[in-house]
Amino acid sequence: MNFDLSEEQVLLKDAVTRLLADHYGFETRRRLVSDPCGWSADAWRRFAEMGLQAAAFAEAHGGLDGGPVETLVIGEALGAALSAEPYLASIVMGGAALRLAPAAVLAAEVAPKVASGETILACAIEGERPRAAAVADGWTLRGRAAHVIHGDCADALVVAADSEAGPLLLLLDAGAAGLSRRGYRTFDGLRAADLTFSDVRVEASRALAVGQSAEALIERIAEHAIAYLAAEATGVMAMLLDITVEHLKTRSQFNQPLAKFQALQHRCAEMLVALEQARSMALYAAAMVAADDALERRKAFAAVKAVIANAGRFVGQNAVQLHGGVGVTEEHRVGWGLRRLTMIEMLFGDADVQAAKLADLGGFVAAA
Amino acid sequence: MQPVPTLRRVDREAYGQGMDLTFTAEDEAFREEVRGFVREALPAEVRRKMEEGRALSRDEVVDWQRRLNARGWATPSWPKDHGGPGWTPVQRHIFLDELHQAPAPEPLSFNVSMIGPVLIAYGDLAQKDRFLARAANADDWWAQGFSEPGAGSDLANIKTSAVRDGDAYVVTGQKMWQGMAHRADWMFTLVRTDPTAPKKQAGITFLLIDLKSPGVTIRPIITIDGRHEVNEVFLDEVRVPAANRVGAENDGWTVAKYLLSNERTGIARIGMTKRLIARVKLASGRLPAEAARRAREKAALLEAELKALEITQLRVLAAQKPGAADPRSSILKLKGVELRQAASELLLKTAGQAAYEFAYEAEPEAPTDIASNFLTLRAASIYGGANEVQKNILAASVLGL
Repeated sequence: MNFDLSEEQVLLKDAVTRLLADHYGFETRRRLVSDPCGWSADAWRRFAEMGLQAAAFAEAHGGLDGGPVETLVIGEALGAALSAEPYLASIVMGGAALRLAPAAVLAAEVAPKVASGETILACAIEGERPRAAAVADGWTLRGRAAHVIHGDCADALVVAADSEAGPLLLLLDAGAAGLSRRGYRTFDGLRAADLTFSDVRVEASRALAVGQSAEALIERIAEHAIAYLAAEATGVMAMLLDITVEHLKTRSQFNQPLAKFQALQHRCAEMLVALEQARSMALYAAAMVAADDALERRKAFAAVKAVIANAGRFVGQNAVQLHGGVGVTEEHRVGWGLRRLTMIEMLFGDADVQAAKLADLGGFVAAA
Repeated sequence: MQPVPTLRRVDREAYGQGMDLTFTAEDEAFREEVRGFVREALPAEVRRKMEEGRALSRDEVVDWQRRLNARGWATPSWPKDHGGPGWTPVQRHIFLDELHQAPAPEPLSFNVSMIGPVLIAYGDLAQKDRFLARAANADDWWAQGFSEPGAGSDLANIKTSAVRDGDAYVVTGQKMWQGMAHRADWMFTLVRTDPTAPKKQAGITFLLIDLKSPGVTIRPIITIDGRHEVNEVFLDEVRVPAANRVGAENDGWTVAKYLLSNERTGIARIGMTKRLIARVKLASGRLPAEAARRAREKAALLEAELKALEITQLRVLAAQKPGAADPRSSILKLKGVELRQAASELLLKTAGQAAYEFAYEAEPEAPTDIASNFLTLRAASIYGGANEVQKNILAASVLGL
């Protein structure tokens, strides 16, 4: 049992925090909302110079051989900076798809370009799936996949499809003939896309996984996403609590700083409790993401997501509340924090959805 | 602006694994050892009462304390040279977790978590010799004599006076909320020795009072759970030998603060909440499918929060420095109580009509104890530092508000 980061993990944390402080201030972040892709190619390149994209990839894939803790450290820092970069879509989800795919040759071909930041991936694994009809040496896709985060500007897409032979997880070039994308802005200032497949031809060699292994891989990708979101949400919450406490100390009403009011002090204490519970779940998620037992993993990630969702909701909403009027203006980052936490709450199902899932799995405690 | 550094390949051999949330093989073996001992040593009747949430008799508590003591496990938090088992914080956590899940009683907290550490830190040699071994073996049962009618959250407001008379103090006043004082032999007490001190914290002294002394009257307070657990203790010119003073005269506040910070650690009582959730799940089996599902979903949310709290507790334990109070332990108290209360309420609602019958002092073996337990736990957010006090601590000490 050890909750301390290793020396090199501390160095990573310091390096990424400094990089973001120098190059990813709130004004930079806010301007990105009107960028056609919603993120900064310049910042992404700086990330790549440092090696952030490569952190969790294997050395054989051009990575740095890091693991879930490195991803946790990076996620927390990106959360605190309200990063809009496609780290979740391309590195965490796309990276998990490549690392864990049975199709080793295909993964080895693509992973180095993703780890270097050159290729951006997006994953269409939730909700509606296109149908895949078997043709000679491959499939033809028809149908839709909706709400694919960063799907609008991604270079390649990891797409879950249904076929006669069961589920498939396919890797498609974004320029594939018959694939059209409708990009849109999400309420947290990021971007997503709806994908339409009109007889898109996919070669058999572009399948990352087929059948049962595809379904298992899709679940693993979602678990990696939740682990990252837990870290990101912890970073957002910590930042929101910091700026809220700072606001209470500097803003004066009724001839005294707001910090003097006990009702507000207590609200901040409750926010701290929620933040620490979320932080614990981010650590737990990092520990569980590579666990072998699928049932234990399912339970763990339902619990992680439930706690993160509720904590984020509480901290986000109260941070805005305690900022008063300025909290609901678009110029202030507190509102952007709430927006991101609300999105994180909803991604992969909110606390009610997770509670139902955990209950169905029997929970952690047996009836007695 | 500094140039962007380039990350190097992760080198676990040189820098170690870093964070690791798994218990070591030694810890797991220790857990098995504790579980095996409890399985053997816990009397079936005590286990039944614990499972049903019923109160234990004095003899049952003393007997269990002595079984633990015979095994060398009665005083988990005491240093080894004072008879403690020399466990790591993680082992202490595992030990309590196993007791809670058995379910078995914790070591007698007044003796083990409260007066023992105080005597070890502030007692003189004679006091240690006289009291420590007896406290560990429950040869003496201790009660806490801190609160008064006018001194609850504002504990330094105590009025009970102690006037020096030769080699004794003469103590007069009223104490309130003494848990199990009607079973106790001794009471550790805060008294005011200098009513003129400029700060009210400055005139307080820590005394050990033999409850068989002339002038001591103990009256029961029956609480909303129908139980007799707490008392009022009236002190009418009680002579207390000066040798029973712990620490210096007028320095009792230092001693009291030390005791209270010990009281707060490990107070999340996670195993107890797990026990309540297990009962919710059992009770939900008697409900129609839809209602059972709702109950299990509510239980699942509590389980998720409880899992997080378990890790939060381990984080606080891992960061613990000997003798230093960690204000973050207030998080454990707040969240621990919130979840325990929520679980007991969920059990009440899930049991429904089956929980109507009241198990009170005269009917302790009524068919169900669920309502009394729900009511008992309402006090948990009041004692040991009310929730509002814990939030004050977090706001001031952690957030700097």
